[in-house]
Amino acid sequence: MPREAGPAKMIQAILVFNNHGKPRLVRFYQRFPEEIQQQIVRETFHLVLKRDDNICNFLEGGSLIGGADYKLIYRHYATLYFVFCVDSSESELGILDLIQVFVETLDKCFENVCELDLIFHMDKVHYILQEVVMGGMVLETNMNEIVAQIEAQNRLEKSEGGLSAAPARAVSAVKNINLPEIPRNINIGDLNIKVPNLSQFV
Amino acid sequence: MALKMVKGSIDRMFDKNLQDLVRGIRNHKEDEAKYISQCIDEIKQELKQDNIAVKANAVCKLTYLQMLGYDISWAAFNIIEVMSASKFTFKRVGYLAASQCFHEGTDVIMLTTNQIRKDLSSPSQYDTGVALTGLSCFVTPDLARDLANDIMTLMSHTKPYIRKKAVLIMYKVFLKYPESLRPAFPRLKEKLEDPDPGVQSAAVNVICELARRNPKNYLSLAPLFFKLMTSSTNNWVLIKIIKLFGALTPLEPRLGKKLIEPLTNLIHSTSAMSLLYECVNTVIAVLISLSSGMPNHSASIQLCVQKLRILIEDSDQNLKYLGLLAMSKILKTHPKSVQSHKDLILQCLDDKDESIRLRALDLLYGMVSKKNLMEIVKKLMTHVDKAEGTTYRDELLTKIIDICSQSNYQHITNFEWYISILVELTRLEGTRHGHLIAAQMLDVAIRVKAIRKFAVSQMSALLDSAHLVASSTQRNGICEVLYAAAWICGEFSEHLQEPQQTLEAMLRPKVTTLPGHIQAVYVQNVVKLYASILQQKEQAADTEAAQEVTQLLVERLPQFVQSADLEVQERASCILQLVKHVQKLQAKGVPVAEEVSALFAGELNPVAPKAQKKVPVPEGLDLDAWINEPPSDSESEDEKPKAIFHEEEPRHTRRRQPEEDEEELARRREARKQEQANNPFYIKSSPSPQKRYQDTPGVEHIPVVQIDLSVPLKVPGMPMSDQYVKLEEQRRHRQRMEKDKKRKKKEKGKRRHSSLPTESDEDIAPAQRVDIVTEEMPENALPSDEDDKDPNDPYRALDIDLDKPLADSEKLPVQKHRNAEAVKSPEKESVPTVEKKSKKPKKKEKKPKEREREKKKKDKKGEDLDFWLSTTPPPAAVPVPAPSTEELAVSTVTLVKDEGEGLRREELEDEDDNMDHDQERKSSRHKKKKHRKEKEERPRDKKKAKRKQAAPLENGAAEEEEPIPIPTNGQGPVTAADVISSSQPMSSYCLLAENSYIKVTYDIQASLQKDSQVTVSVILENQSNSFLKNMELNVLDSLNTKMARPEGSTVHDGVPVPFQLPPGVSNEAQFVFTIQSIVMAQKLKGTLSFIAKDDEGATHEKLDFRLHFSCSSYLITTPCYSDAFAKLLESGDLNMNSIKVDGISMSFQNLLAKICFHHHFSVVERVDSCASMYSRSIQGHHVCLLVKKGESSVSVDGKCSDATLLSSLLEEMKTTLAQC
Repeated sequence: MPREAGPAKMIQAILVFNNHGKPRLVRFYQRFPEEIQQQIVRETFHLVLKRDDNICNFLEGGSLIGGADYKLIYRHYATLYFVFCVDSSESELGILDLIQVFVETLDKCFENVCELDLIFHMDKVHYILQEVVMGGMVLETNMNEIVAQIEAQNRLEKSEGGLSAAPARAVSAVKNINLPEIPRNINIGDLNIKVPNLSQFV
Repeated sequence: MALKMVKGSIDRMFDKNLQDLVRGIRNHKEDEAKYISQCIDEIKQELKQDNIAVKANAVCKLTYLQMLGYDISWAAFNIIEVMSASKFTFKRVGYLAASQCFHEGTDVIMLTTNQIRKDLSSPSQYDTGVALTGLSCFVTPDLARDLANDIMTLMSHTKPYIRKKAVLIMYKVFLKYPESLRPAFPRLKEKLEDPDPGVQSAAVNVICELARRNPKNYLSLAPLFFKLMTSSTNNWVLIKIIKLFGALTPLEPRLGKKLIEPLTNLIHSTSAMSLLYECVNTVIAVLISLSSGMPNHSASIQLCVQKLRILIEDSDQNLKYLGLLAMSKILKTHPKSVQSHKDLILQCLDDKDESIRLRALDLLYGMVSKKNLMEIVKKLMTHVDKAEGTTYRDELLTKIIDICSQSNYQHITNFEWYISILVELTRLEGTRHGHLIAAQMLDVAIRVKAIRKFAVSQMSALLDSAHLVASSTQRNGICEVLYAAAWICGEFSEHLQEPQQTLEAMLRPKVTTLPGHIQAVYVQNVVKLYASILQQKEQAADTEAAQEVTQLLVERLPQFVQSADLEVQERASCILQLVKHVQKLQAKGVPVAEEVSALFAGELNPVAPKAQKKVPVPEGLDLDAWINEPPSDSESEDEKPKAIFHEEEPRHTRRRQPEEDEEELARRREARKQEQANNPFYIKSSPSPQKRYQDTPGVEHIPVVQIDLSVPLKVPGMPMSDQYVKLEEQRRHRQRMEKDKKRKKKEKGKRRHSSLPTESDEDIAPAQRVDIVTEEMPENALPSDEDDKDPNDPYRALDIDLDKPLADSEKLPVQKHRNAEAVKSPEKESVPTVEKKSKKPKKKEKKPKEREREKKKKDKKGEDLDFWLSTTPPPAAVPVPAPSTEELAVSTVTLVKDEGEGLRREELEDEDDNMDHDQERKSSRHKKKKHRKEKEERPRDKKKAKRKQAAPLENGAAEEEEPIPIPTNGQGPVTAADVISSSQPMSSYCLLAENSYIKVTYDIQASLQKDSQVTVSVILENQSNSFLKNMELNVLDSLNTKMARPEGSTVHDGVPVPFQLPPGVSNEAQFVFTIQSIVMAQKLKGTLSFIAKDDEGATHEKLDFRLHFSCSSYLITTPCYSDAFAKLLESGDLNMNSIKVDGISMSFQNLLAKICFHHHFSVVERVDSCASMYSRSIQGHHVCLLVKKGESSVSVDGKCSDATLLSSLLEEMKTTLAQC
C-alpha cells in the first residue's frame, strides 16, 4: 500500500458516497495521490455495501487506510453512506454521534438535505464539514454553534456578492430546464435512526 | 480598467459555474472523460484571465474534479492566487482547493507563508478561520516553523471561534515542528481552563493526543485533568480525558487507585453509552496496571464484566461489538472473569454480523485453556464447515491455528489431535492459508519429537492422497501442505511404516503439476527416503529389493529433470547422476547404504528467530577491537591511546588483547560449564528423544486408525480429530483417578479434607511436550524480550520533557524587522509569543512582590504529582534538609493533618466530598509551604535587589540561574517547576557604559542557526529627567567583527535605536553583528549618540563604550549525554589545556552553576567534587571541561576542537572563578 510517510491523523478520512459508490465528498487528512483516493473510495464502498443495515457500524482493517489501529465507522442514510476512518484515539460511539451531528447540520443548512444538495453544492458541504472537523480533529460538536458560524459566513459571502454574479445565475437558470428529475430522498426528519445518547452531545 | 471589468463580467456570463459543470457531467454519462477534459481546457482558459472571480470559479470547479480523481496540482499557483483574493468568498474557495490538493511535496507552498500570515492577522475572524482550517490540512515543517508564533498568538484571540481553531492546529504544528512544543505548551495548558467550552474541548483534544503518544511527559497534568473530569459536563471532553487516563495509568499505578472511585461512580450514573463504555475501558486499563495489590478490585472487574455483558446482550449491534472489544481487554489480565461468559461469546460466533463474529473469535483466543481447547476448536471446525465466503472461513482457519499455537502450544495436551486438526483443515477448498497449515505441520513435527512417528504416518497418507489435495486449480493454496508433508516424510523417514509406498507416491507423474518449490522439496526428500530404504534393505541383505528401488528412481527422476523450474531441474539432474552412480556400485555388489545416508546424517535443529540477538557478548570479547593492527597513519602518535584528560590513568584504553592466553580461555569455559551444570534454572541440552517418548504418558493411546470411506473427500486413512476429544476425556479421567488415589493415600491418617475433584489447568498433563527453548536458543541466551521501538514513529519527535525550563535557544522564531533569531532576556520566556512592542516597559521592573506571587503560582502548578497522588501521606512526605525547629513543627503539623484527613476520607462515601477534601488539604499544605518558602526567600530577595543595580557578575545567587542536575534524594521532591520558578529573575547583562543621562547594559546572544552571527541586546535606561531621542549606536568595525547596518548605509553611519526614552524608562534594542572567527575575544570601540531634551532645551550627547565579545558568548548551552561525551573525548580530535585557580570558597555546586550560566555550559555528569561539562560554539566547536575542586582550589581541564578558542575560554573562566 503506497502510504506516504507522515503523521497519522485522528480522523484519517471522511468519505461520502452514494449507494452506487459515486463519491459525493472526499476529504482525506493525509496525503494520498488522487488515483489512490479513488481506489480507497471504491474499496470502502465495496466493504460497506456488503453489510446489512441492521448490523454494526464498525469495520476493522479497511486494508487501504491506516492499519490495525484504524477503524471505519459509517452510517447509511437513504442513498448515502457517510464513512469516517478513525484511529483508536476516537471513541467509536462518539464518532457515530459526530456523523449524526454532521448530517443533521447538513439538513439544517440545506433545509431537508438530499443527495442532490450534496451533488451540486460540494463546496458548501466542505465548508460545513470544516466547522465540524478540522485537520482530522474534532472541532465542534455543538450543532447550534456550527450552524451559527456557517450562517455568519454565508451572510458575509452574500454581502460580497457571492461567487457567481447575477448574470451567470440567469444563464444557469435557463440551462436548468432539462435537468433530469431526481427525487429528494435524504430526509433526516423522516428517517428513524437509532442514535444512542445523541442528546448527551448536543 | 472599468472597461476591462465590464468585459470580465460579460465573459462570465458564458462561464460554467460549479453547478453547470456537475450538470454537464451528469448529462454526458457516455463520454464523461471527454466532456471533463473539455471542461479542464475551459478552466485553463479561465485561469488565464485577470478577473479574480473567474479564477475563483475555475478553482471551485477544479476542486470538484479533484474529488472525481483528477490531479489538479498543476493549478497550484492559481489556487494561491485565489487564496490571496481580498474577498472572503474567493479566499475560501482558494483555501478549500489548497486543503484538498496541497501537500509537503507541493513546491509552490512556500509562496503561501506571507499570505497565510496576513490572513491569520486579518481583522475578520472568518479570514483567519479559513486560513487556519486550510493550514491544518497542508502545514509543512517550514510553514509550521514560520507561523508557529503567529498561531500561538491566536490562541489568546478574543474570539473563541479563532481560539479553538488555533489551539487545535497547534497539534499539527507540533508534529511538523517539534521545537515549538515546549514554548507553546504553557499557553496550551492555560486553554484547558478557557471559559469557552469549545476552546477547552480543543485543548483537551490536543493535549490528550500528545499525551497518548508520549504519556510519561504529561503525568504532571494528571491533577488538572482530574479536576476537569470531575467538573466537566461535556461528554466529548470527558471521553477524551478518560481515554487519556487510560494511557497514563500504566505509568503511575497510584493514579489508577485514585481514579477507580470516580470512574465507577460515572459507570453507575451515566446514561450515555459512549461515556459508560470509555469508563469501563479505562477502569480496565487501571486494573491492568494495578493487577495486584488492590484488595477489592475484583468488585470493579465484576462491575465491568457485568456492564459489558449488558452491552453484548443489547440488541444494538454496535454495543454488542464494543462490548466484545472491551471484553478482550479484560481477558488479558483477568481471563477467569471472562471465561465465565463463554456461553455468551460462543453465541456471538453465530451472529449474522461478521464484525461481531471476528471480535468473538478474538476473545476465544484468550479464553482457551487446556481444559476447553478441544471443545472450542471443535465448535470452530463446525463453523468452518458452515462458513460461506472464503474470507470469514480463512479467518476462522487462521484463528484456529492461532488459538492452538499460542504461547508455544501451551494449551495443547495432545499433539496427535492437533495434527489431525491440521490434516482436516487441508480439506478446505480454496483457502489462501495452505502455507500456514504447512508451517504448523513442520513446526510441530520438528519441535515435538514424540509426535514425529504419528506425524509421519499422517503425512505419508496425505502424500498418498495428494491427488485430492492438488487436483483442482481452485485448491491451489492448499497444495502448500504437500511441501510440509514431503519434507516431514523425508526428514523423519525412519518412522515410516511403508517407506516404499510413500516413495512411489512422491514419484507419481502427477507431482510434476505442482508448483516448482514444492517439486524441489519432493525431489530432495525422495533421496532422503531412498537412503533410508537402502539402509533397511541392505540390513535385511535384500540386495534385489535395494536395486529395485534404485531402478525406480532412475526411471522416475527424469520427469523432474525436464522441469521448467530451475531449482527442480538442477536438483533432479544432480540426484539422478548420484543414483546412477549408486546403481553402478550396487551392480558390483558394493554396500552403499552407509554412504548414501551419510548425505543426510545429523539432525536439523530449529533456531529461534531472535537467537543470535540474544547471545550476550562473552566476557573478554571486544567486538570493536581491531583483530589486526589498524592501518597506521604516517604519524605514529595517532596510534597511541590517548588519555581523556592528562592526569587520568589510561584506564579506559583498550588493554584487553584479543590473544588472551588459551589456557585462560579454556579455564573460563570450563568454569562456565560448571556453573551451568549447577544452575537449576539453566536449561540443559535436551534429553534424547527416546527417553522423552517413554516419559510422556498417553503415547500408548495412539488411536487405531479408522478408515471411513463413506465420507466423501475425506483423506483415506485419516483419523478424525473428534476421536481425540473422547480419548482425551478418558485419558484425563484416568489421570485424575490416579491422582485421587495418590491423594487419598496421602490423606490417610490425616484429617480428612473435603477434596473437591476440581480440575484446574495445571492438573492436566499433556500427552506430548513441546520442547522449544532448550534447543532453539543459544547458550547463555538472555531472557530479555525487548523489541526496539520503531525509529520511524513520527511521534518520537514529540517525546519532549515539558517540565524542563525553557532554554534560550528554544524560542519560537519571530518575524521581526531586525535579526529574526534574536534571543531575549530570559524573563520574556514566559511570554514568548507576542512581538514585543518597543514601548512596552520591561518585565524586569516587575515589583519583587509580584514576582514572588508568580513564583508561588508556578509552585502550585508544578505541585508535586506525588503529593497529589498520595491518598495517604507517605512517611517521608515532607522531608526538609536540616529543618529548623520551626520548620520541623510545621511539617509535623502537616503530617498530622494529613493523617486526620486520611482517616476522615475513609469514612466518607461521597466522592465529591472527597474532592473537596483533597483540595482543602492541598491548599492547607500550601499555606504551610508558602510560609516556609517566604522565609527562605527573604535573603535571596536582598541579593536580587542588589543585582538590579550592580554588575551582574557579582551576584551571589548564581545557583538560581541555570538548571543543573541537582541530586534530589533526601531533599524532598524537587520538581522541575521549582527550577523554572527560581530561574525567573536571572540576568547576564553587564554594564557597557554609563553617564548622568543613560546607563547601558548589554548581553551577547548567539544562536545555532547562524554560525557567524551574534545578537547584542542592549538595555538603555534613562537615568535623567530629560527625554532621550534620536539615539544612534555605532561601532568601529574590525576585520573580524562587523555590525549589520541597514542597507545602503556606510560603516560610518550609526544604527538608530528604534525607540525613544522618556525619563526613568528603559528599553531594549538589539543589534546584529557578523563574525568571522570566534576563537578570540574581541573588543569593539563604539559610541552611542542621542539628543537629551528637557525643559531648558535639547543637547546632543555622546557616550563612548567598548563592546566586549567574549568567547563564552559564542557558546550555546547544549545538553550532552555522558556516552556521547565519552565518545567525543575518545575521538582524539580535541586539543587540551588547563587552568587552576586558588583561593576559592564558593561551594562546588554554585561554582558549576556559575560556569553554566556565564559560560553557557551544561553539566554532563557530576561525581562528588568533580564534574564534566559540555558546550558547543555557534560554529560547531565542541568544548569539554573537567572541573575538579580541591580544598580551596579549582582546576579546569578543557578540551576543544580549537586550541585558541580553548585558551581564550579558559582565560575568561579564570576571571570568573577568581571572583568566587
